[in-house]
Amino acid sequence: MTGYETVVGLEVHCELATATKLFCGCRNAFGDEPNTNVCPVCLGLPGSLPVVNRRAVELALRIGAALNCKAQRSIFHRKNYFYPDMPKDYQISQYDEPINVDGWLELPDGSRVGVERAHMEEDTGKTTHVGGGGRIHEAGYSLVDYNRAGVPLVEIVSRPDIRSAAQARAYVDELRSILVATGASDGRMEEGSLRVDANVSVRPAGATEYGTRCEVKNLNSLRSLERAIDYEVARQIELLEAGERVSQETRHWDEGDSSTHSMRSKEEANDYRYFPEPDLTPLVPDVALLTAAAEGVGAMPAERRHRLSNLLAAGSELATRRDGSTDQVVTVVDLGLDELVHGAVAAGADPRLALARAANEAAANPDAAKLLDPMAFAALLKMESSGRLSATQSKEVLAELMGKGGDPGQIARRLGYEQMDTASLGSMVDEVIAANPQEWRRYREGDDKVAQFLLGQVMKSSKGRANGKLVAEAFALRRDA
Amino acid sequence: MTASPAPGLGSLAGIAASVRAGERSARAVLAVSLDRVRELEGDLHCFNEVTVEAAEADADAVDRMVRSGLDPGPLAGVPVALKDNLCTVGIPTTCSSKILAGWLPPYDATVVSRLRDAGAVAIGKTNLDEFAMGSSTENSAFGPTRNPWDLGRVPGGSSGGSAAAVAAGMVPLAFGSDTGGSIRQPAALCGIVGVKPTYGVVSRYGLIAFASSLDQIGPFAITVADAALGLEVIAGHDPMDSTSLDRPAPSLLDTLDEGVSGLRVGIVADFLSAGSECGDAVVAAAEALAAAGAKVDQVRIPELLLGLPAYYVIAPAEASSNLSRYDGVRYGLRVDGPDAETMNARTRGEGFGAEVKRRIMMGTYALSAGYYDAYYGQAQKARTLVIRAFETAYRDFDVLLTPTTPSVAFPFGSKVDDPIEMYMCDLCSIPSSLAGHPAASVPFALNPEGLPIGVQVLAPALGEAVMMRVAASLEAAAPRESRGPVTP
Repeated sequence: MTGYETVVGLEVHCELATATKLFCGCRNAFGDEPNTNVCPVCLGLPGSLPVVNRRAVELALRIGAALNCKAQRSIFHRKNYFYPDMPKDYQISQYDEPINVDGWLELPDGSRVGVERAHMEEDTGKTTHVGGGGRIHEAGYSLVDYNRAGVPLVEIVSRPDIRSAAQARAYVDELRSILVATGASDGRMEEGSLRVDANVSVRPAGATEYGTRCEVKNLNSLRSLERAIDYEVARQIELLEAGERVSQETRHWDEGDSSTHSMRSKEEANDYRYFPEPDLTPLVPDVALLTAAAEGVGAMPAERRHRLSNLLAAGSELATRRDGSTDQVVTVVDLGLDELVHGAVAAGADPRLALARAANEAAANPDAAKLLDPMAFAALLKMESSGRLSATQSKEVLAELMGKGGDPGQIARRLGYEQMDTASLGSMVDEVIAANPQEWRRYREGDDKVAQFLLGQVMKSSKGRANGKLVAEAFALRRDA
Repeated sequence: MTASPAPGLGSLAGIAASVRAGERSARAVLAVSLDRVRELEGDLHCFNEVTVEAAEADADAVDRMVRSGLDPGPLAGVPVALKDNLCTVGIPTTCSSKILAGWLPPYDATVVSRLRDAGAVAIGKTNLDEFAMGSSTENSAFGPTRNPWDLGRVPGGSSGGSAAAVAAGMVPLAFGSDTGGSIRQPAALCGIVGVKPTYGVVSRYGLIAFASSLDQIGPFAITVADAALGLEVIAGHDPMDSTSLDRPAPSLLDTLDEGVSGLRVGIVADFLSAGSECGDAVVAAAEALAAAGAKVDQVRIPELLLGLPAYYVIAPAEASSNLSRYDGVRYGLRVDGPDAETMNARTRGEGFGAEVKRRIMMGTYALSAGYYDAYYGQAQKARTLVIRAFETAYRDFDVLLTPTTPSVAFPFGSKVDDPIEMYMCDLCSIPSSLAGHPAASVPFALNPEGLPIGVQVLAPALGEAVMMRVAASLEAAAPRESRGPVTP
C-alpha cells in the first residue's frame, strides 16, 4: 500500500563450519545419529567447563572483516532461560561487548545495509515433539538431540535499513554468498546452517520515527522470508488504517496458512538475566588471529563476479543481473569454482565454454569440482573446442575427471572417444563414397538430407569414434575439390 | 565433651617414603585409615560414601608399582578424602543434594586425576552443605557432620566432612572447595590447616560449581607441610579450565622453613572485635611472629567489611545460573509433571533444600532487569574496592593476619534459623575470595572450653610461598594440643 514505508532489520544466525564445537572437542556435523557428538562439556554436566575454540574465533573475525566490521575485545555473557534443549539452561552468548561491530554490506543493486554487530554464541540442541502434529502443547513426549548443542554460531544483526521484502531477500542472498566465500559457513538454509529472523515495522512515508516492530521467526527459506515480510507489512498497515496499534511481539510464520501468528508479547518475554560468563576470560584478538582472519577472508563475491564477468566477451547476450553478472557467473562464484574457470582460461580454454561447463556440469558436484586441476580442465575444454570431442563426450570425460581424476586425453581414449587420425578418417570417408555412388552424386548436387546419411555411414564404420564435425569437413573438402 | 589427642597416620612425607621404599604397603596404610573410619564414622558422619573396593584397588595398584620398581609419586599410598562436589568416574557425586543423589559422573575432576597420578588413594566422598552453601554442614540433605572436638558442635562448612575426617585422624589429607571460606572456616573449627589457593592456581574442571568466579579447591591437613605438599600436587595449569593460570604449580616445601625474619606482617584491625577470643589469638600469633623476627604492625582496611554484602550478591547470582541445569531433563532427580515446565518446577522444588532455594532466589533477583545495577552492578563495584584496598595494604605488608572465624565451633541448631548470623561466619574469609587471593587457616590456640581457634594468613595473588612460610612459623609457635588429630 502506498503512503507507508516498510522498515526491516534482520538477525541472521550462521553456523560456523568448524570441525569441532565452540567450547569442546566434539564433532560439529549435521545429520549424525542423535546424541553421538556429545561430551560432559556440551551436555553441561556438573563440573564441566567451556574452553573457546580458536578456529571459531578466527571464522567470526573473518565474517566481521568481510562485513566491514570493527573487531574489538569482547566478553561472553550468560543468557539465562529454561528450555530442555539447552543443557545448562543458559546460553553462552555475547551481549554488550560483541567481537564485531559497525559494519555494512553492499547489495548487487548498489544499496548498502548497515551491520550493527556480528557476535559469537553457542547453538542449542534440537527438540522433536512426538505426537500431536509436532507442536509442543499437544505432543505426547519430546525427544532432544544435543549434537547441535554447542555448535558455534555467529549472529549477524543488521540495522533497520531494509525497505522491502525483495531487498531483505537480496540481503540474505548476498550475505549467504559472503559467508560461503569466507569459508565460515556452508550457507545451507535447508539444514539450518543459516537461520533468519526478521524485525518488521511500517511507518507513514516521510516519518522519521520507527513504528512498533514485530519479530517474525520460522523463516526457513528465502521464499518464506519474502512472503512473511509482505504478509506482516500488509497486516500492520491494515491495523494502522483501522485506527489500531501494532503491539510489540514475537510472531511465528506458518508456511501452511501463509500467515504470522503471535507467539509471545513483549510482557511475556523472558528476563534473560545476562551477566558476564565467569568460566571464560575476555577474548582479545591478538595480531596472529587478526592476520589469519584477514588473510582468510579473500575476495568478496561482488568483486569475484565482476572479475569473472570481465572474462566474457563484451556485450554478452546472456541474461545479466543488475551488477552485470550472468546467472552462470553467480552460480560459479557461489560454488567457489571461479578460480577453476580463471585457471582454465589462463591455460588457453575458451572463457564461455569454461564458464558453461563449470556452471552446469561441474556445479553438479561442487566438492569434486573444487579439486579439479585447472590445467586438466583446460585440456578437456580445448579438446571440445577443437572438435576432437563432441559436447556429449566432453561431459562424460569431465564426469570421470571429477570422479577419479586423471588425464582427459587418456580418459577419452579409454572411453573409446579417441579421435581417428586424419589419414584413417580420410580413407574411411573414401570407402563410404565408393560404396554409395548414388548418394554421393546427390550430395554433390546439393542434397543436404543425404549428407546426414553419409555422415552416419562413417560414424557406423568408425563405431562412433569419428568426430562428426571433421567428417563433414572431409566430405565438403572432397566435394569442392 | 572433651576430645583426646590421637596418633593419626603420620606425615604425608613419612607415609609416602615408607610406601615408596616398600617398608609398608599402601594396602596396610589404607587398612589403618579404614579402621579409623569404621571406628568413628557412626559418630561423625564425615562421608556420603566410603569407596572401600575402589580404594583397595588403587592401593594394590600403588603396591604393584613399587614391586615393579616404579615410583607411584609423592603421595604414594596416602589415603585421601574428597569433598562430594568433586567428580569421580563411576562413584556417586551428590553435592549432598537430593537433586544429584545417585548421579555417576562419566569423568574425573582434574584434581582427582592428579591425586591418583601422585599415588594417593581416595577412600571416599565427604559430606558438605548442599552445593557448598553453608558454614556448618547442617544444610546437607543427608544429615550433618559432627565436630570431633565436640560432637554437639558443627565442624563448620561447607567442607565440614573433609575437615572432620582429617581432624579425627581418618585420613592425613583431604580436599575441599572454598568459595567464601568453605575450607578455612571448617579447618579453624576442627583444629587443622586449610588452604585456599590463588584463584586459577588449581583447576576447577570437575568441581561442581557454586560460584564460578570464587570457587577454588584446596587441601586440609594436620600440618602446614602436609597441606603444602597436597597443594603442590593438585596445582598447575589445566587446558580444560579457561580460568586456570598458565603457570607451573608453585614450589612451597622448598622455602617452608625459611622463617619470617624481616617479613612485614599486618594485623587487620577491622576484624579484631574487642575481647573476642579469636581476636586475642591473632594478637598472640602476631607476637609470636614478631618474636621470630617479623615486623608486625596493625593496619585498618575498612573496605574489607564491604566484602560480606558484596559476596552475598555475587555468589548467589552466579549460583542461580550454575544451578539452573538441575532441571530433571538429563540426569539426577526427576519429578514428573504434565509438561516440561511443571516437571522442571517440581523437580527443583523437591530436589533442592531451603538454603539452596534461598540463594537461587536472591541471585535471580539480583540479576533481574531493573535490579541488576542496584545489586549485581553495585556488588561488582564493592568487589573492586576490596581488591584496591588489598593492593594498597600489600604495598606496606607481605602478609596480613586476621581471625579465620568470628567464633569457635558453635552448637548444632544455634544459627540455622538466622541466615544472616550464619553468613557472618564468612566475614573474615570472604575478602580474599573476592580478590582471588590465597589464604590459609592455621590452628593456633584452644579456648577455655578446649575448642580450637584458627588464625588466618592472607597474601597477595600467587603469594602462596610466603603465606605458607608464615603459616609454618605460626604452627611452630602454637601449642601442640591446639591441633588434631583427636578422638571424640
